[in-house]
Amino acid sequence: MSSTTTERKGYSGRPRKLDGFTGWLTTTDHKKIGIMYFLTVLVFFALGGFESGFIRWQLAQAEQSVLTEEIYNQFFTMHGITMVFLVVMPLSAAFFNYLIPLMIGARDVAFPRLNAFSYWAYLFGGLFLYSSFALGGAPNGSWVGYAPLSTDAVSNMAFYAVGINILGVSSLAAAVNFIVTILNMRAPGMTFMRMPVFIWMALVTNFLLLFALPIIAVALFMLNIDAVFGGQFFEPATGGDPVLYQHLFWLFGHPEVYIMILPAMGIISEILPVNARKPLFGYAAVVFAGAAIGFIGFGVWAHHMFTSAIGPVARSAFALSTMFIAVPTGIKIFNWVFTMWGGKLRFNTPMLFSIGFVSMFTIGGLSGVTHAIVPHNAQQHDTYYVVAHFHYVLFGGALFGLIAGIYFWFPKVTGKMMSEKLGKLHFWTWLLGFNLTFGPMHLSGLLGQPRRTAVLPGELGATVELYNLLSSLGFVVLFGSALVFLYNLITSVKRGEAAGDDPWDARTLEWITPSPTPYENFHVIPTVTHRDEFWHRKYAEDEAGRAIPVPAGASEDHDAAADHDEHIHMPDPSYWPLVQTLGFFPFGYGLVFGNFWLIGVGLAWLVIGLYGWIIEPVAEGDDDDPEDHTPTSGARATATAH
Amino acid sequence: MSTDVATTTLGIDHRKLGMWTFLGSEFLFFGAFVSAYLLYLDTTAGGPGVEIFDIPFTSISSFVLLMSSLTMVLAHHAHTKGDMRRMRMWILATAGQGAVFLGGQVFEFNVFFREGLELSTSPFASSFYVLTGFHGLHVFVGILLLSSLYVLSLTGKIKPNQDVKTEMIGLYWHFVDIIWVVIFTVVYLIPEIAVIG
Repeated sequence: MSSTTTERKGYSGRPRKLDGFTGWLTTTDHKKIGIMYFLTVLVFFALGGFESGFIRWQLAQAEQSVLTEEIYNQFFTMHGITMVFLVVMPLSAAFFNYLIPLMIGARDVAFPRLNAFSYWAYLFGGLFLYSSFALGGAPNGSWVGYAPLSTDAVSNMAFYAVGINILGVSSLAAAVNFIVTILNMRAPGMTFMRMPVFIWMALVTNFLLLFALPIIAVALFMLNIDAVFGGQFFEPATGGDPVLYQHLFWLFGHPEVYIMILPAMGIISEILPVNARKPLFGYAAVVFAGAAIGFIGFGVWAHHMFTSAIGPVARSAFALSTMFIAVPTGIKIFNWVFTMWGGKLRFNTPMLFSIGFVSMFTIGGLSGVTHAIVPHNAQQHDTYYVVAHFHYVLFGGALFGLIAGIYFWFPKVTGKMMSEKLGKLHFWTWLLGFNLTFGPMHLSGLLGQPRRTAVLPGELGATVELYNLLSSLGFVVLFGSALVFLYNLITSVKRGEAAGDDPWDARTLEWITPSPTPYENFHVIPTVTHRDEFWHRKYAEDEAGRAIPVPAGASEDHDAAADHDEHIHMPDPSYWPLVQTLGFFPFGYGLVFGNFWLIGVGLAWLVIGLYGWIIEPVAEGDDDDPEDHTPTSGARATATAH
Repeated sequence: MSTDVATTTLGIDHRKLGMWTFLGSEFLFFGAFVSAYLLYLDTTAGGPGVEIFDIPFTSISSFVLLMSSLTMVLAHHAHTKGDMRRMRMWILATAGQGAVFLGGQVFEFNVFFREGLELSTSPFASSFYVLTGFHGLHVFVGILLLSSLYVLSLTGKIKPNQDVKTEMIGLYWHFVDIIWVVIFTVVYLIPEIAVIG
């Protein structure tokens, strides 16, 4: 049935093995790439957590110097960069990779090799950033990289400019890939308004990436050119305007906030209905609210700059738009609450993390609304109040939602259940540790504790010191909780209970296929007739609207004869995405150290890699080659590009 | 199945849709650079400003680049007809015109450089060189794509029925031209007229 044994022809060999070490290195399978994203995220999460541990150690008491100022600045900068670009975004990408084709009833993404390219560029971009520790010091000018500090060599921010740009290329390629996949590869019958909410949020997120990434790329190129090649973009001495950097950064940076939160919103919009045993309340409203967030998200950036020179008119306009964006967010929160209302709730671990998301994100959202008020904002700017706010939305929000997703889809990926007992222990310690760490920061910030300060000043008084000690204790709780989670992951992979195909009695297409998901995803591509397709295959309604189970096998897709007729076309493995992305190292170091030889080598490497990619043979001939493939109008549109 | 396809795909080839999506992103890339240039139009730090531009010269190279869009269309048209010989001819013509434009840009940069406009002279100089330089890089990538198309059609990797490949490179090439229309108008013409007029 699988086509991977077809004879290959052409100019150069192509890897054949699907398993083993080579199989992973050359894979173009969206499921394997998703798993690789996830495992890489775990490593970077440990590194980012390690950095935050030192931050909390340093600030546990006033006037401590566990770290030098220099190292402290590198650690808080790398903590921010790691958690944003190497943990939350790629963890969302892990879910996109694994789930988008499954949820829309496809066999892979539109461009499987480009997908592998995205993963390797992410991994190498992360390694490139971390290599800075060994090459003259890590970036120390904070994750926002404000000029003119960041254009000064002392801040090592050239590594930041180049590293984030490599990660940006990775995300941009992924965005193009996922947008085309969602728009073009849905199973028959899956119209836009039958798509799972997660798919909708993935679509909005990837459009945000598509339009926000070029702007940060411009800001980072300018920064790179200023820092290394003598550019004058942000040099006040010749009339350059540092506020331009802030505009460009936040024109990306605010959509970025939604890039991080929307996938988690999509995840809990899948988990809450399953565990409330009700359809999502107000599907259309949730979808439109997500799209509205995407649009308004591009119109609120200057609220990060209320204390910069932008003038009273801009301040008023951005204060208003910032308050407006709370409306679609509020709509979503009410829809989640009403989804749970009157449902037969099951409080398993994914559900607990989802409820944790809704409540913690609401707290973060409310402190966010206080930032919209200009005088209030001026008061709390650059204090720990802001640190508390964005950790409530990104940790209490995005990360809680993503962890809920890990517990929820773990059975589909591995075929095993994660331990509920350890899961609940993880949840309650995580919730406690999180609030203990970041709750007190609201107060210490309002009392005047500045962020990005290596030493906690003693003159702030005993109250602020107490809050800092509590925050540091919270980190210890979180650390223990993370170990429980890791232990649960490892032991469940090894000897978790067998999950079966549909352990949660779920609603969407990915649960139709066996667990773990087979190589070709679906033996027969399902035909979709309803939103929540799988639920409608399992249950009908009686007169009173109660769900009645339908006997299994009633669906038309279960026609056994069809299983043998359909030709399954799967993408081939390839070396080239890996080989090509290695060229980012010479290219990147050349840009950081201003070495044109290295830049040349890197560019040549990337171009040669691209040629290898173009001319490598494919298993079944080209998509448009009639000798190997008979295109019909439908098959051509759904054929997987090589 | 074919009746449902219309509602669950856009009916555009993946690769073409991917190219359109990517080009959507590219518009914001150049948009941000153009904004920075406009911000720094008068920030010359005592160095040369917009009066340095040679409008007649740049008009000619712009004309050449715009005409290359015509030959690109002809190349695609020939490919849809399966006429690979003519397709290759027009591809070469397109790439050649791109090369002429690029040569003009190199010449122009040299002249400006000798007249004292260096990358590090002023924010104006930085934003001019980086904006037009990135456009030149896009033209260069386009030439690389066109020559690859030429060579691969000779080796038989690109077949007469695969006109979608020529079409995609055409989309990219037209985009690079359209961006140049914006750059030529906003970067060269309007400021120059404003200074002289």
